[in-house]
Amino acid sequence: MNVTWYVVLSAFLFAIGAAGVLTRRNPLVVLLCLELMLNAGNLALIAFARMWGNGDGQIFALVVMVVAACEVVVGLGIIVGIFRRRIPEDVDALSELRG
Amino acid sequence: MSATAWAWLVVAFPLAGTIVISLGWRAIPGRLPGWIASAMILGSFVCSVLATVKLQDVAPGARHASSTLFDYAHSAGLNIGLSIYVDPLSLFMAMVVSGVSFLIHVYSVSYMTSDRGFNRYFAYLNYFVFTMLLLVLAGNIIILIVGWAGVGTASYILISFWYRRTTATAAGIKAFVMNVIGDAALVIAAFLLWKNAGHHVSYAGIFAGSKTHFSHNQGTLIAACLLLTVGAFAKSAQLPLHTWLPDAMEGPTPVSALIHAATMVTAGVYLIARFHPLYEQAPTAANITAGIAAATLFFAATCALAVTDLKRIIAYSTISQIGYMMVGVSTGGYDGGLFHLMTHAFFKALLFMGAGSVIGAMAGIQDIDRMGGFRKSMRFTYITFLIGALALAGMVPFSGWFSKDEILGFDVHRGGYSLILAIVGFAGALLTAFYSFRMVFRIFHGDAVPEAESLERGELFHGEHVNPMTGEHEDTDVGFPGAEHHIAERELPMKFAMGILAVLAAIGGIVAVPGVTHWLRNFLDPSFADSRFVHTQPTDTASWIGLVIGAGIALAGITTAYVCYLRQPGTTARLIARFPFLHRLFVNRWYFDELYDAVFVRPAATMGRFGHYVIERGFVQGTLVGGATRIVGAGTSIARALESGYVRAYAVLMLVGFGGLGLYFLLQAAF
Repeated sequence: MNVTWYVVLSAFLFAIGAAGVLTRRNPLVVLLCLELMLNAGNLALIAFARMWGNGDGQIFALVVMVVAACEVVVGLGIIVGIFRRRIPEDVDALSELRG
Repeated sequence: MSATAWAWLVVAFPLAGTIVISLGWRAIPGRLPGWIASAMILGSFVCSVLATVKLQDVAPGARHASSTLFDYAHSAGLNIGLSIYVDPLSLFMAMVVSGVSFLIHVYSVSYMTSDRGFNRYFAYLNYFVFTMLLLVLAGNIIILIVGWAGVGTASYILISFWYRRTTATAAGIKAFVMNVIGDAALVIAAFLLWKNAGHHVSYAGIFAGSKTHFSHNQGTLIAACLLLTVGAFAKSAQLPLHTWLPDAMEGPTPVSALIHAATMVTAGVYLIARFHPLYEQAPTAANITAGIAAATLFFAATCALAVTDLKRIIAYSTISQIGYMMVGVSTGGYDGGLFHLMTHAFFKALLFMGAGSVIGAMAGIQDIDRMGGFRKSMRFTYITFLIGALALAGMVPFSGWFSKDEILGFDVHRGGYSLILAIVGFAGALLTAFYSFRMVFRIFHGDAVPEAESLERGELFHGEHVNPMTGEHEDTDVGFPGAEHHIAERELPMKFAMGILAVLAAIGGIVAVPGVTHWLRNFLDPSFADSRFVHTQPTDTASWIGLVIGAGIALAGITTAYVCYLRQPGTTARLIARFPFLHRLFVNRWYFDELYDAVFVRPAATMGRFGHYVIERGFVQGTLVGGATRIVGAGTSIARALESGYVRAYAVLMLVGFGGLGLYFLLQAAF
């Protein structure tokens, strides 16, 4: 089976996600774009699993989903905190860790 | 108990006192530390007398014993025990040291009462006596060096006792540095003797070894003896290592009496007497030692003529008198030298106590130009000081008359080179008599100064608290002298100590009256039985002729002083106007301090400043340490610039990084 199209689609999705992370300043949108990048990765993993004909990639994709769920929990928690404290919803404004 | 057991107790008592007082300084109330310290020294004295009594039981030839407590150091070829050596010489020293120290402890109990450092003072004082007794009783040259260095330390901490006085701390450092010169010389001497005289550290071993390993007057032996001399001269303040002693008068007056008159400075005399077999085998070294000592005794006497600080006059007198002892022990007149050591301990401690009493009455002022007429107001001090001065001047029949003239009589009898030394000694004796009575007449006679008048009315003069050297104002807290000053008439312990010393200074001569008593010689004889000079003794008639000459010289000096200061006051001013150069020379102590300042102190200070500013600050801190910090700083500033705090910037970095890595692996796979 030819996985080229799947991988190309995955690369497109990843690039869209990465561009979103780099360009958008709303933390909620940045989080969404991160999800997009993760799922692009998942798509590639499953495509490769199909290509090799074993389940390793699928299991890896499940792990990535778990990681994504955790990340969403933490990320959304932070975003809710930001809204509660009426901190501007702008990732560039959140730069207290500057060295 | 054996003699050595008693001797161990002699050392143990003051050590116990130091430990008890320094650990319990908070808990022991009032004057009790002073009394504990005094009791310890009294214990030492009693034990040394008992050891002596015990030692007299055996035949004269067998009157020496040593005892080892444990191995002090046991390593490559060296087996040094913590041992003591008991013979008439060491017990004589132990008795003089502990006896005089006891009286000075008692005197100090009153003198230091109001001082905030009372307990600390007595811990130090006991420590000093402990080290001194360890020095004189040491069983081998290594323990001797331990005691020697301990005495130097004790001297340093006691001179700097009033540690907030900058002049006192400077004097302490000066004394310590000078003493360390001597310590180093002594250590090298010990090494030379150990290496070349058959690897012995015990006295008996060294002397036996030097007999077999060295020929008469061999170079190495002369070098070792001269190094011993340097050690002795540093401790005993002889030329050219004497400048620390006058400055050491910054310490409390009883300390001056204890260390710088009665005991510590005589350690050098003891050292030479102890090592007399070596000096007799190396006469060149002995002659050099005696020659410098003779020069010292004359030089110091001239300084004592002109200096006006009361304690410094007595200090120069000490240097001069130790010169006599040094001449005595290095020319072979051991009995005379040690006899003078003993009588000098009595009358010099007495003079210092009298001086402390006068300085107390003057509220800290030490300049004799400001004093006068204390005769009526301080009768007890006057009488005791007069006895001390008469003994120092060598007047009939006080103790100094017998002892000084025994040294000079011996040297006249030995003849040759020693005769020259004796003539210098007689000239010094004239000056001694003059400056002794210069003190007496200037302080006690003449018109009464306001301080003396207020004392006659029964009130002690209270001045401001100032440093007598610089005039700086001081408070009376710890680190400075206490508020109250005590004088002899008002305190029984001081009166007690001065009274006993006055009696001893007056009658101390009876232990060796030519032709009548030979107690001292008979007692010390076993220690010096191996001496070449044991039979070189002047006849009794010759001794008496010497004594008469000595008395004449003393009388001449006293009369001159009487004429100069009481009969025709102003004579000295005319003399100063007549010989301004000589006066400037004497007042400035022959410019020794200035010379050392220019030759040693200032170059050393310049080098220190150079090292500080150029090497330390410029090179080490600037280039080495500074360079390293600048490199690290530059690196971290790059890392800090990367930490922008912008999440999107981090994301770019991550993407670029992972993209770069991926590209790298792709290219690797491709080629």
